[in-house]
Amino acid sequence: MPLRTGSAGFGRSLPERGLLLLVVLVVLEGFFLPHGAASSPDVSHQENLDNHREADVGHNFTKKAFPVLSLDYHHIQTPFEISLWVLLASLMKLGFHLIPRLSGIVPESCLLIVVGLLVGGLIKLAGEEVPPVLDSRLFFQCLLPPIILDAGYFLPIRPFMENLGTILMFAVVGTLWNAFFIGGLLYAVCQIQPANPSDLHQLELLPCLLFASIISAVDPVAVLAVFEEIHINELLHILVFGESLLNDAVTVVLYHLFEEYAGVGTVTVMDCFLGVISFLVVALGGVLVGAIYGILSAFTSRFTSHTRVIEPLFVFVYSYMAYLSAEMFHLSGIMALIACGAVMRPYVEANISHKSHTTIKYFLKMWSSVSETLIFIFLGVATVDGPHSWNWTFVTVTVILCLVARVMGVVGLTFVINKFRIVKLTTKDQFIIAYGGLRGAIAFSLGFLLKKEHFPMREMFLTAIITVIFFTVFVQGMTIKPLVELLAVKKKQEAKRSINEEIHTQFLDHLLTGIEDICGHYGHHHWKDKLNRFNKKYVKKCLIAGERSKEPQLIAFYHKMEMKQAIELVASGGGVKLPSAMPSTVSMQNIQPKKPPIAKSAERALPQLTRGREEEIRKILRSNLQRTRQRLRSYNRHTLVVDPYEDGFNELLIKKQKMIDLEKKIKEMNNYLTVPAAPPDSPTMCRARLAQVNASVSVSAKCRHSISTAILLSGRDTDFKPAQQQKGNRICEDPQAYSMKPASGNVPSIQVDLASPQSPESVNVIDEFRRANREEDDQGLVMRPRHRPGGPNKKTEEEGDTAKDQQKLMRCLSDPGPSAEDDEDEDEPFLP
Amino acid sequence: MGASQTRSESVYQELMDKTGFSLEQIKNLKKRFLHLSGNEETISRENLDAIPALANNPIRKQIIEAFFDKRNQRSSEVGHLEEIGFEQFVMVMSHFRPPALRTSVEEREVMRKEKLQFLFNMHDTDNDGVITLVEYRKVVEELLSKSGAIGHEAARAIADAAMLEVASTNVPDMAPDDFYEGITFEHFEQILKGLEMESRMHIRFLDVDTSTMRCGKSTS
Repeated sequence: MPLRTGSAGFGRSLPERGLLLLVVLVVLEGFFLPHGAASSPDVSHQENLDNHREADVGHNFTKKAFPVLSLDYHHIQTPFEISLWVLLASLMKLGFHLIPRLSGIVPESCLLIVVGLLVGGLIKLAGEEVPPVLDSRLFFQCLLPPIILDAGYFLPIRPFMENLGTILMFAVVGTLWNAFFIGGLLYAVCQIQPANPSDLHQLELLPCLLFASIISAVDPVAVLAVFEEIHINELLHILVFGESLLNDAVTVVLYHLFEEYAGVGTVTVMDCFLGVISFLVVALGGVLVGAIYGILSAFTSRFTSHTRVIEPLFVFVYSYMAYLSAEMFHLSGIMALIACGAVMRPYVEANISHKSHTTIKYFLKMWSSVSETLIFIFLGVATVDGPHSWNWTFVTVTVILCLVARVMGVVGLTFVINKFRIVKLTTKDQFIIAYGGLRGAIAFSLGFLLKKEHFPMREMFLTAIITVIFFTVFVQGMTIKPLVELLAVKKKQEAKRSINEEIHTQFLDHLLTGIEDICGHYGHHHWKDKLNRFNKKYVKKCLIAGERSKEPQLIAFYHKMEMKQAIELVASGGGVKLPSAMPSTVSMQNIQPKKPPIAKSAERALPQLTRGREEEIRKILRSNLQRTRQRLRSYNRHTLVVDPYEDGFNELLIKKQKMIDLEKKIKEMNNYLTVPAAPPDSPTMCRARLAQVNASVSVSAKCRHSISTAILLSGRDTDFKPAQQQKGNRICEDPQAYSMKPASGNVPSIQVDLASPQSPESVNVIDEFRRANREEDDQGLVMRPRHRPGGPNKKTEEEGDTAKDQQKLMRCLSDPGPSAEDDEDEDEPFLP
Repeated sequence: MGASQTRSESVYQELMDKTGFSLEQIKNLKKRFLHLSGNEETISRENLDAIPALANNPIRKQIIEAFFDKRNQRSSEVGHLEEIGFEQFVMVMSHFRPPALRTSVEEREVMRKEKLQFLFNMHDTDNDGVITLVEYRKVVEELLSKSGAIGHEAARAIADAAMLEVASTNVPDMAPDDFYEGITFEHFEQILKGLEMESRMHIRFLDVDTSTMRCGKSTS
């Protein structure tokens, strides 16, 4: 909207402006995507743009407007320009990530500001008026909410609540201190400066304080952008980020207070008192509004089970409504959004479908990422545009005071806070908190809102604000990463949460609550426990539909994990990874532990693979899985945890083909090595079997289909015994039963059937078998879930029917296959 | 009277040295101890069982048992006590002391080990140095014991999955005929590395300000 109002003023030159944007876009595109990395959609965009350019160029040269064309442009002007900006932002983001060296050194935010500067400069060079892109309304109503909602919805509640006191201290007291310290000293400096009496002497205390209150608030957008790249540990991240979110209320109140009284000129004690009240109202009111909308959203999502498609929409719309409602009363919109997101999330997530959850995640990430990019670009553009009035004294003093106030504030507050904190903040922590106090676009937008008639120094203020923003974003933002590494500040562990950790988190909660109760001292844990119980008893019942409302957290976690694995399993075609109830962070390893229990019973029958072969298999698996891990490591807020099998699917298929071949060899090798499986009976065996049952119980659901697939496959190999197969299938319907008696149920009966292989039919059988084998080789892409070394259950199966008969038949006919011969040589000692 | 006063002071002093609690904290704990025991010298399981706030705690039994476990007395003895005196009570409590501001890496390491050992002992009920699958299942079952029938079924699956995870992270290269006996303490440490027990497993003891005053002075 502001774009439209902005451009209405210079409607004459619209075509040129559009053209300019296009040219910028095309030039930048050519500049940033020269590596042939531009994907096909971009190319088509470029073509489109070129077409447009031709049209526009033609229009430009004639100077006499073609009515049809110009009419067209006016018609679509606003959305078109908006799309262009968004496209520019997205392409820039794309471009940066194509140059890994660049993004390794400079934070994205800095680069985006530079791009904004360039674009603004180009527009200016072309003699155009720069559109007021960072207009306050646009900023506060369109660009900011997605980022804050993203932050609020995915806010790590636990660390946030655990450190709430510290965060509030920094956010409220710290910001107040900053505002008054900077404002007061700034005013003093302005007064004692005799050399330049013209400007600064006119500055009064209240405008100074107003300016200071704008400049003293740490900016969530900037903090997010920088902190996400440095992967700092959770505590520091939540402290700085939480502060940047919660200081909004302070900023809002101070801003309105000072703006109100800057005109009047005096502030009484009563006003201070009202200010405090106002702060409470703004902060708590914002939270309340957010919580109400959050609960409404959760309640709505209870009934969406029949219209899954619009589920995600409720999350966005309710949150936006919360933000707007809060802004309507001049409450803290940011706090409302945070509260809304944080309140609704646990309930909404329990209600909505998995796909809707993914949609919400992607939409939030996409929106916030585009908003963030646009904000930084606009910041650059606005810098070029703005009417600046550079005052060395004022700007330098501001920057220095900002730094000094921040450091003093953090050190002083930490000193107080550490008396109450149990995990103390070390000097390093304090340094990072102080250094991470970045200022950003919110300050600029607030400065932009100032009215020229009330504040004659508005331009100087804006210049100073921009300087501080640039200083913090460029200097601090660029150096914080090396500093973090230099100081060896603890980084975030990337690993996903394991089930053991979840169990022990819960265990610890209960344990500490219990110990507190025994001590007779009702501390945090006690009240948290009370709250949890209340939540479980009443709130969840109202807000969550069906069974899931009664589900304890641990079970919910387990189900989520299971779900994730099931999806991964499907995506990977059931192969490569063993379907187990394990999180995917453990890669190669999850294959192994399955082995002991199950292999135990198979041990007698299945000779060991040779070392070399095992290594070979392992290498293939590892190369597959390592890539997955690398991809996960480069996670940041804007790259969702991708399904590792999505991208490299083709490669995976090739690998899989290799695996199939390899496994075939192994199988053939095993053909010669089989001994009838003795029913397990030793005590160790029994124990193993117990464990085996557990394992198969935990994976039963997912295993089932693969097991039966394996049987079906083997059924194809030995398709002369359909009845037998059916029986096998039936047995395997219950995996537990299957794993309990693989030897007794399946194998012997086949053996009996094949007792007389000398009949002429059997020759045919062999031929058929060979053919089937070869066919399978050719097909290659058949999803065969049994090509992994760690699936001995399959192998037993295989061995049970195919291998053994083949072996017997082969021996009779003394005609080993060519590939089998190779293996025979290699694996001499295992020959029976 | 005066003599007994000094005697108890010296007892307190000894306890302070042993456990690291401040005098005020010990006095507070003593008050609580007497309240729980009904002014007796010792506390029995029933005393603890009667605490109303504990009634809803799913792992109540294990918590109480931990107090009567000799392994948690920082001595090498093994077995269970029937009743504990104040000293034993404080000893168990001392496992939940918050870490001080300035601790060296080694001290933190020791602290972490101690706290983990406490947890480990709670799981390892038969004191054979490993948490077997059966024991682990019991833990999870207790944890979910308040959530009715679903909890019971899920507990098994969860414990199995967790066990599998421990085995796979710690013993990746198992031969097919190996059997994973259970979680040893080293493995236990390994899997809970991410939880930062040394800073999380603590509660705030009353009159904690005395100890923080010390910290405050040392920083200034």
